[in-house]
Amino acid sequence: MGEKEARILGKNLIELLEKFGDIELDNVEIRAEELTFLIQPVISSLAQAPQLVPRVVEKEIEALLEAEFSPPIEVYPGEIAEVQIGATKSDGGSRRKVIKIGGAKTMPFYSFEATNQNKPVLAVDVFDMPITLAKAVKQHFKDVMADPADWAKKYVEDFDADIISLNLISTDPLIKDTSPKDAAKTVEQVLQAVDVPLIIGGSGNKAKDPLVLEAAAEVLSGERCVLNSANVDNDYKRIVKAAKQYGHAVIAFTPMDINNQKKLNRYLLDEGLPKEQIIMDPTTAALGYGLDYTLSLMERIKLAGLLGDSDLQMPIVAPSSNAWGAREAWMKSEEWGPREFRGPLWETITTITVMVSGADLFMLSHPATVRVVRKLIQALYGEVDSEQRIQDWITEIEG
Amino acid sequence: MSEKATLLTVYRYLPQINCGECGVPSCMVFASKLLNREATPEDCPPLKDLKYKEQMARLAELLAPPIKEVAIGVGENMVKIGGEEVMYRHKLTYHNPTAIAIDVSDKMDDKKIVEICKAVEAFTLVRIGERLKLDMIAVRCASKDPDRFAFVTSLIERSCKLPLILCSFEPKVLKVALEKGEVADKRPLLYAATEDNWKEVSELSKQYDCPVAVFAPNNITLLKSLIKTLKAMGIHDMVMDLGAYTEGRLLKETINNLVMVRRAAIQRRDKDVGYPVMAIPATVWISDKLDPMTTSYREAYMASLFMNRYADLLIMHTLDVWSLLPVLTLRQNIYTDPRKPVSVEAGLRTIGSPKAESPVLLTTNFSLTYYTVANDIESSGIDCYLLVVDTEGLAVEVSVAGGQLTSAGVKDLFSSVGIEEKVKHHKLIIPGLAARLKGDIEDTTNWEVLVGPRDSSQIKGFLAKNWAVG
Ligand code: B12
Ligand code: SF4
Repeated sequence: MGEKEARILGKNLIELLEKFGDIELDNVEIRAEELTFLIQPVISSLAQAPQLVPRVVEKEIEALLEAEFSPPIEVYPGEIAEVQIGATKSDGGSRRKVIKIGGAKTMPFYSFEATNQNKPVLAVDVFDMPITLAKAVKQHFKDVMADPADWAKKYVEDFDADIISLNLISTDPLIKDTSPKDAAKTVEQVLQAVDVPLIIGGSGNKAKDPLVLEAAAEVLSGERCVLNSANVDNDYKRIVKAAKQYGHAVIAFTPMDINNQKKLNRYLLDEGLPKEQIIMDPTTAALGYGLDYTLSLMERIKLAGLLGDSDLQMPIVAPSSNAWGAREAWMKSEEWGPREFRGPLWETITTITVMVSGADLFMLSHPATVRVVRKLIQALYGEVDSEQRIQDWITEIEG
Repeated sequence: MSEKATLLTVYRYLPQINCGECGVPSCMVFASKLLNREATPEDCPPLKDLKYKEQMARLAELLAPPIKEVAIGVGENMVKIGGEEVMYRHKLTYHNPTAIAIDVSDKMDDKKIVEICKAVEAFTLVRIGERLKLDMIAVRCASKDPDRFAFVTSLIERSCKLPLILCSFEPKVLKVALEKGEVADKRPLLYAATEDNWKEVSELSKQYDCPVAVFAPNNITLLKSLIKTLKAMGIHDMVMDLGAYTEGRLLKETINNLVMVRRAAIQRRDKDVGYPVMAIPATVWISDKLDPMTTSYREAYMASLFMNRYADLLIMHTLDVWSLLPVLTLRQNIYTDPRKPVSVEAGLRTIGSPKAESPVLLTTNFSLTYYTVANDIESSGIDCYLLVVDTEGLAVEVSVAGGQLTSAGVKDLFSSVGIEEKVKHHKLIIPGLAARLKGDIEDTTNWEVLVGPRDSSQIKGFLAKNWAVG
């Protein structure tokens, strides 16, 4: 390349730089690396001597200076779709009430700029067979684990769960290979036992899940449940078809990647499933085991949706009971202290983190998390009065 | 509006001679490094010349992050908070991890005070090869007696080296502590200047060159007004406390406040709120009849909530490890650099004193994976070789799924570390989650591959069953 061309190229680049002066820093870096020598001569001629402004001088002050603050409000061009879960009698179902998620106009709890009409919702995990659970969870459900209907009932009656997430893990060919028909019977029993909406999950077996979910979708016809999950590894078209036919929503699951999530959402939309029947599961990693990836992923997805990316405008589900996969949650350890507290706290903090990052619906395992997060949501929605005084904390804290 | 840091504006203040002394070929590249915080102006030797003095100062100003970085304490245990540039970590990375202080009261007996301080200082949990620690002591004047407070301050100063937060709304209390508490030259954080005491407290902050907290519960306008005033008096190092309420409607306001000031500072470049924020989850302990376990639990999740919403400094009360561990783990998570996985060097590690017949195990170079596995093996007293494959810093299942862990990579590692010369056998134990690669690795290396357990905590049991020690 001749010197003249280099100069012209350099000049264009500089114009670009000036124009995009405040793009994100990491982009600047890429440009800079490419530019190095090339634009040097041009830049030298462009760069003027810096303007030097005199510094402020301190003064004697008698009274507080005035200040003003107006909330830095942003208006987002996009909005998250609203998904309805459960149907009442008048809707053709049998649930006590309908639950809505999504519809967000701003990031979670930024109520100074907009109200997100629908509060985060708490679903709880129930399994169709007794499984290995952390001791801290098990102690609450030992007596009901043999029967998913009792288990669900206990969760609704004693711990006020919004939704039951029934996981049909016994359908896995390597576990019990329960037939889709028998699995659907379990679904019916749980449906009868409780009056909250249901999420129906398969075993994760790619071949079997579509069949199981299809059978469940049929017996739940009109109840507007959620099928968990459609993903690129299974026959998602079949699941979408069942959802459309029997009126359910679908969870679109991808492992930790915003672009793959977008792609899968697109596939489902292309199958004719509307946004209002899709919930994203971009993977919730446990505290200490990838939660950093999850929280940034959720923030990116939610912001993209609010900024108008219509392929990412679905609400997000976070199975934050994944927290129990972390050894700090379940392992006995003198050093770490009693696991009866450590475990649920691990789940609680994982849940709170994904909740402020953008998740709308949660799947939880421990009643303590349900209680705590429920109270927190009410407070964050301004529904609880409080006269809390902290002004004198210096003298008032015990001890 | 202040000038904005861009490649060009930064470049303007550099010597523009491309001497290369900074280690990169040109001033332009150096400018981009400055922008990415991979270098500081001091890394350009020519710039240190006196003739560039003003330039240097301007550059520092230009590069100053929208949230001022504030240092508390002195020397090796000094704590830096703030310095943030972005609202969301995926945009760059968060900078200074949230500092955590534990409180003590001057009403406690001396022995207990010393005990707590020593415990805070010695507090250690190791996760992923990193020490999770507590950073400071917040000493509260609950007695309202300046002399008692000064005495306790010096007691703490002598029993531990952590930076202090001196907590009292009485200027006189703070004054006596600074005069007699042996901390005059230690830059403790003065807590706090308020609507009522700002004049006296800021005088102290100036006189002793201490950072100062500004307290304006649930009132951003007042906060701003205090900051403007203190700034005009020549105070630069401030920490903002808008009052962190932990319940009800006021919690909602608290979250709003934390987001609003951060956004105003970063997006609107409002310098009057461009300081780190603090929150005090310890307030959950205000009450008579508390159950210590549930209160510890509450304090931990409130701390986590505030940390998720920008708190740069937390004052906590609990010392229960089960409650602090998740909070410190969250801090470790939030403050990693989202642009690169945290990894360790690939290669061969010896654990214990392995011999020619000791087992050879394989893992990846993702820090979390490596340290978990290495700790598990070490703590079960096994002598072995651990081969650490370069998977670009990814965990086992992730790298199997993404193709970074391959039999070819394993083979290369074999020859580069010369494992064949170190052991007599040809048996390799791979993680259960990499079972898929068994056949491949056997074909490429001619070693027999044993598929180990899925979790490294079970390695000991696995070896007991499957490895006959010669
Ligand atoms: C965090 C995470 C990511 C992060 C990666 C972080 C990192 N640095 O590795 C990111 C976001 C980048 C990511 C990306 C992907 N991920 Co991912 N990810 C996870 C997640 C949530 C946690 C992984 C983790 O950190 N585990 C903790 C570490 C310590 O575990 P570990 O390395 O396995 O080590 C343990 C054991 O293996 C064993 N062990 C280790 N070494 C040894 C040695 C011996 C001798 C023995 C006996 C045992 C042993 O003990 C260790 C401690 O328990 C998992 C889901 C989950 N909860 O597990 C999904 C998961 C692993 N990811 C998955 C997938 C599919 C992907 C992608 C391919 C998706 C995509 N976007 O296309 C990409 C791949 C990217 C690539 N490779 O190029 C799938 C894998 C499915 C499969 N079985 O194949 C999972 C299981 C999610 C899922 N449910 O679908 N992921
Ligand atoms: S040391 Fe300074 S003058 Fe020399 S190339 Fe680097 S930035 Fe330019």
